[in-house]
Amino acid sequence: MTTLKTTPLNAAHRAMGAKMVDFGGWDMPVNYGSQIDEHHQVRNDSGMFDVCHMRVVDIKGANVRSFLCYLLANNANKITLPGKALYSAMLRPNGGVIDDLIIYFMTEQWFRIVVNAGTADKDISWMKEQAAVHAPNLSITSRDDLAMVAVQGPNARTKVWQVLPQTQSATEGLQNFQAADCGEYFIARTGYTGEDGFEVMLPKEKVEAFWYDLNNAGVKPIGLGARDTLRLEAGMNLYGQDMDETVGPLESGLAWTVDLKSERDFIGKAALLANPPTSKLCGLLLLDRGVLRGHQKVQTSHGIGEITSGSFSPTLEKSIALARLPINIAIGDIVQVEIRDKMLNAQVVKYPFARNGKSCL
Amino acid sequence: MSNPSNLKYTASHEWVKTEDDGTVSIGITQHAQALLGDMVFVEAPAAGRHLNAKEECAVVESVKAAADVYAPVSGTVTEINGDLDSSPENINTDPYGAWIFKMKPDNTTDVDALLEATAYQAVIDSEAH
Repeated sequence: MTTLKTTPLNAAHRAMGAKMVDFGGWDMPVNYGSQIDEHHQVRNDSGMFDVCHMRVVDIKGANVRSFLCYLLANNANKITLPGKALYSAMLRPNGGVIDDLIIYFMTEQWFRIVVNAGTADKDISWMKEQAAVHAPNLSITSRDDLAMVAVQGPNARTKVWQVLPQTQSATEGLQNFQAADCGEYFIARTGYTGEDGFEVMLPKEKVEAFWYDLNNAGVKPIGLGARDTLRLEAGMNLYGQDMDETVGPLESGLAWTVDLKSERDFIGKAALLANPPTSKLCGLLLLDRGVLRGHQKVQTSHGIGEITSGSFSPTLEKSIALARLPINIAIGDIVQVEIRDKMLNAQVVKYPFARNGKSCL
Repeated sequence: MSNPSNLKYTASHEWVKTEDDGTVSIGITQHAQALLGDMVFVEAPAAGRHLNAKEECAVVESVKAAADVYAPVSGTVTEINGDLDSSPENINTDPYGAWIFKMKPDNTTDVDALLEATAYQAVIDSEAH
């Protein structure tokens, strides 16, 4: 048996009654009681997530921007305001998605990147491999000294200011998708729930006290279970489920993040131009009774598709899913999902399904 | 919550209660609901259907996962609990009250042969190791 990796909040989770699970080799909280209650807590008030397993990477040196313009499918030239963030896919030359990540422009000599836990090591290897060829002057540093907590919900920012009053002046003017470097605390107005809030990066040795301070301010701990239903309602992809190295970004609902129009060359661009997509990511709303789940087959009048992520939506009180379906499917089409021995009706809908506490359907 | 001693159990985490009219009510145990988490959907077998012991006959789905429910003994389904259509969370809040279906066993001695509460607890303990 392999030993699970732990975050600096492991003891705090156990003290707060978390049910722990093996999440990609990490010992993480799936819930602290009811995952549906935790979901509503974030939509209606505020909740905190241990995201210390995600990795912060700093890239520093002259011409970081031009390196990122080549490395990433989205265009790093879009972010010129200090602290501004950009969501992007990082592709293989064949167009497969290595990871989805967020980059923060801090200065022309410093961009910060946050990558997924399960892909962090391969991401950093890939970045270093590319930098060795195209930008050997750059330093690429995995910030293993940093922890990260996401505080999300309509009251999340106020609660963070209550706990870290010294950061309020630097962060109250932040736009959505913008971060401020407040010394020990790096605070970004980003998240993975479809709610307002902050993601806070801080020294590892301070994170447990921060967690308890937030809890004392009324912020409830939220497990990975609710994190998944929140992000699904918000129409946000999960790497490894909704996309991976075997599919391209255009088949994964990420066309809005891929810049094919400008002159800029980037890794994977030629493959994307040469291979127009034959499928696309769609939202599904189950019309019959049941629960949509990943890998269920979808029958459509244009051919077969597959659910990539499915669950029960606590906000809509219906089952919803993301599904990769034939390219000619249109919003409003009725499709059939194979669940056990039955074919259940579902409607193709535009996603996000819910954000900012409300249904979007 | 302990497992009531007046019920019988299966190693697949169903509980079985003998009713006064000779039918048995079947639900899932406290342990099973705790593992699955918040229930959102229950699919029960149709009344009148004959089931063989250990046959997959119902499905309970939580936000997290779907789980099969097995017929504890052979018999015929007599009634299903319609309340669970609109309130599947009753399985979480009252696992030993929220029966999923009732059946008339082919042989009542089959019910006697199911696990006692203490033997069922031993099954749970062994799964934890």
